[in-house]
Amino acid sequence: MKLTKTLFATTALGAAATLVVADGHMAGDMTLVSWGGAYQASQQKAYVEPYLADNAGVNAVWDESSAEAVAKLRAMNEADNLTWDLVDVVASDAIRLCDEGLAMEIDHDELLAPAPDGTSASEDFGDLIVSDCFIPQIVYSTTVGYRTDAEGWSGTPDNICAIWDTENFPGKRSLEKRPIGNLEWALLCDGVAKDDIYDVLETDEGQAQAFAKLDAIKDQVVWWTAGADTPQLLADGEVVMGSTYNGRLFSLIVEQEQPVEMLWDAQVFDLDGWIIPAGLPEDRLARVKDFVRFATDTQRLADQSKFISYGPARASSAPLVSTHADLGIEMAPHMPTDPANAENTFLYNYEWWADYRDDLDAKFQAWLAQ
Amino acid sequence: MEQMQAADGTPLKRSLKRALRRQKLRALALVAPLLIFVLITFVIPIGNMLFRSVENQIVENTLPETISALKDWDAQGGELPSDDMFTLLYIDLWLAQEQKLHTRLGSRLNYEVSGVSSVFRKTGRRVGRFDTDIYTEQFTELDPAWEDPTTWVALFEDDAAADALQLTARTWDRWSDYLVSEDEDPAAEDIQDFLFTALHFDLSRAEGLTEGPPILQSAAEVAGSFKTVNLKEAFADADNDWADLELWQTLKLYSPTYTPGYFLNSIDMQKSLDGIEMQPANEQIYITLFGRTLWMSLVIMGCCILLGYPIAWLLANLPARKANLLLILVLLPFWTSLLVRTSAWKVMLQQQGVINDVLVWIGLVSNGDRLVMINNQFGTIVAMTHILLPFMILPMYSVMQTIPPSYLRAAKSLGATNWTAFWRVYFPQSVPGIGAGSILVFILAIGYYITPEIVGGTQGVFISNRIAYHISSSLNWGLAAALGTILLVIVLMLYWAYDKIVGIDNVKLG
Repeated sequence: MKLTKTLFATTALGAAATLVVADGHMAGDMTLVSWGGAYQASQQKAYVEPYLADNAGVNAVWDESSAEAVAKLRAMNEADNLTWDLVDVVASDAIRLCDEGLAMEIDHDELLAPAPDGTSASEDFGDLIVSDCFIPQIVYSTTVGYRTDAEGWSGTPDNICAIWDTENFPGKRSLEKRPIGNLEWALLCDGVAKDDIYDVLETDEGQAQAFAKLDAIKDQVVWWTAGADTPQLLADGEVVMGSTYNGRLFSLIVEQEQPVEMLWDAQVFDLDGWIIPAGLPEDRLARVKDFVRFATDTQRLADQSKFISYGPARASSAPLVSTHADLGIEMAPHMPTDPANAENTFLYNYEWWADYRDDLDAKFQAWLAQ
Repeated sequence: MEQMQAADGTPLKRSLKRALRRQKLRALALVAPLLIFVLITFVIPIGNMLFRSVENQIVENTLPETISALKDWDAQGGELPSDDMFTLLYIDLWLAQEQKLHTRLGSRLNYEVSGVSSVFRKTGRRVGRFDTDIYTEQFTELDPAWEDPTTWVALFEDDAAADALQLTARTWDRWSDYLVSEDEDPAAEDIQDFLFTALHFDLSRAEGLTEGPPILQSAAEVAGSFKTVNLKEAFADADNDWADLELWQTLKLYSPTYTPGYFLNSIDMQKSLDGIEMQPANEQIYITLFGRTLWMSLVIMGCCILLGYPIAWLLANLPARKANLLLILVLLPFWTSLLVRTSAWKVMLQQQGVINDVLVWIGLVSNGDRLVMINNQFGTIVAMTHILLPFMILPMYSVMQTIPPSYLRAAKSLGATNWTAFWRVYFPQSVPGIGAGSILVFILAIGYYITPEIVGGTQGVFISNRIAYHISSSLNWGLAAALGTILLVIVLMLYWAYDKIVGIDNVKLG
């Protein structure tokens, strides 16, 4: 009988635990989905902690699932069990979530706080609102870092085409294992004008041209899939140059003091921000709206740049960018949005890639496998 | 003869049956938790996956009117569908964009033809602003009652009217179903332009409507002379692709509820108007990947046999104390996280890694041409062999343990050389262990994902990496399901072949 009693007790405990969880949302658990690592830490410090300090009843729970957010949201939608309240995704994923009806369409001016000078939110964010569901937070860029002590180099790289210049800059390179960004750079370095790139890439000949250009360095490339790969490869000396997110290079250069420099040329601008999952119950939606309004106001977005070198998405936040919270250095010169860095940037065309990513990905993978 | 009776007087046969049934029920109750668990976590998801690989209801569910009319359209005739088709498309798309389903359909069709995604996104934004409000104006001018949703509710309660206005009736049903599902009252919502468009479509075709309510009859009389909107132009204006045959052909091609399309894609083929054809050469990848997955899994299995056999032999034949120590050495990596072991191989094998450093230090390799041992097939084979080795050693070991050492001694005492004794006496008895280990390693290897992803580079990745990509990144779940199904079928076929050749009874785990 002892066993039976234990069983009963366990079951009862389990049932009680379920009740607490089921009731958890009412008690104020808000599940935020983000990328983990330094980026999530910057969000935690810049606006989650200040928000929780003002809202004692709310508790923020992190889920580090942003990389699989689209697939997971789709699965949640099919199972009709939405456990997330707010999801951090890159802009292209936000567009897809919006297309699939998994993210809520919002009225930016109604939901988000205006700038301190009264400019409406939609004007303050400007073009960065690339989808009706997307609430931009930061601008980041994919750019190239190189080792300053590479052997056998003549000169230092000063533009993106150094990736293809194996004569002056011999050694392995690392590039992201996806067509986005690489194909644009290939065409750019094959003499296509920046404004024509997507028109050219739309044609079969243009795609063949881009792949032919990539062919030239194919045996010199290590393909990466995680943002941490290139910094690691650079630090180990496995590659002499490689593309990655500018924030990763910042921490490699400034925080870890590795002999690496970065290139601010034709870096691919991209955005990261929030979406609110479609179909949240009223009470959770109300709380999330309150949080988002706070977390994306001018000061909070500027605060985030104290912790990570990504540019705030609001125009009005730029003048408020100050120094790094621990290192004390000025952050503005490390921002992808800084005028000196943004002299020659490349704007990633979301709409175009939404149409062509399936097709070009198949071609890219087939090309890799050849 | 008198029937045998049980103690309580019932016939023995019946009593026995009852007892047996009770026993069976109890047995079922005992396995029920496991049975339910297996059903819920294994059989249903796999069935669901198999279903997804052929399921294609989204096209017909989103554009029902258009798809049913498309059946009569000749896709190879070289002509765009008629104006009527554009009216049907308008009605379908209006409802779809209201429910935000049109972009889903766009993403689905974009897997087949690039650019469809944005066609649907753009058109969805524009479809609410087409000039169809002139139908609304003309009908309400005729009789303001048309504006009142209760008129419509009453109208379609009348079967005769619903018969006369088939398209409108169907459209009204879809609209009111949607409103009800949103907890809204169809009798309270404004009548939208698309409903008037449907009404005009029906009335301008109905000749001499003599039955039905007067409001309908008076509308039928004049509807033919109403000003009309050219929806074909409106669509072409929203996105030029609607004036292009390719989009319509795609719609027709992918309109059936079930499609072999995903399976065709997963063997580098595609549907086309002329039947089934190969994908263009620069998009063919899956057959290569399946072949590579099978080939590399075989190589890994072979490496495991070669490396594992002597170790298993040692384990079985050493004194217990030493054997236990060795066993722990085998199990230790087995208990270490997969990711840690894979990353360790990265550190070992990379060009600035431990092995290359040692080779350079002892002067076997010059610093300039360090060996490339990672991000290729070699790296994958090394890392996976190491990871899967315990799965080979353990079954071999447990089989070898049961082989009495006296057999070998007997063989030798009868004059066999060491080799003959091993090859003719010991080895045949250890084959069931090799068989069990091989099946285990091969089936595990064929579905491996994380190790090839980390150390495989471009030439060392497996089919499962593409499945993972389609599940979590491209969201082409249908294709992922088809690829997974093919992988499952390959494994089952190999298992069957193995059973035929070696015999599954010859497999022992101990």
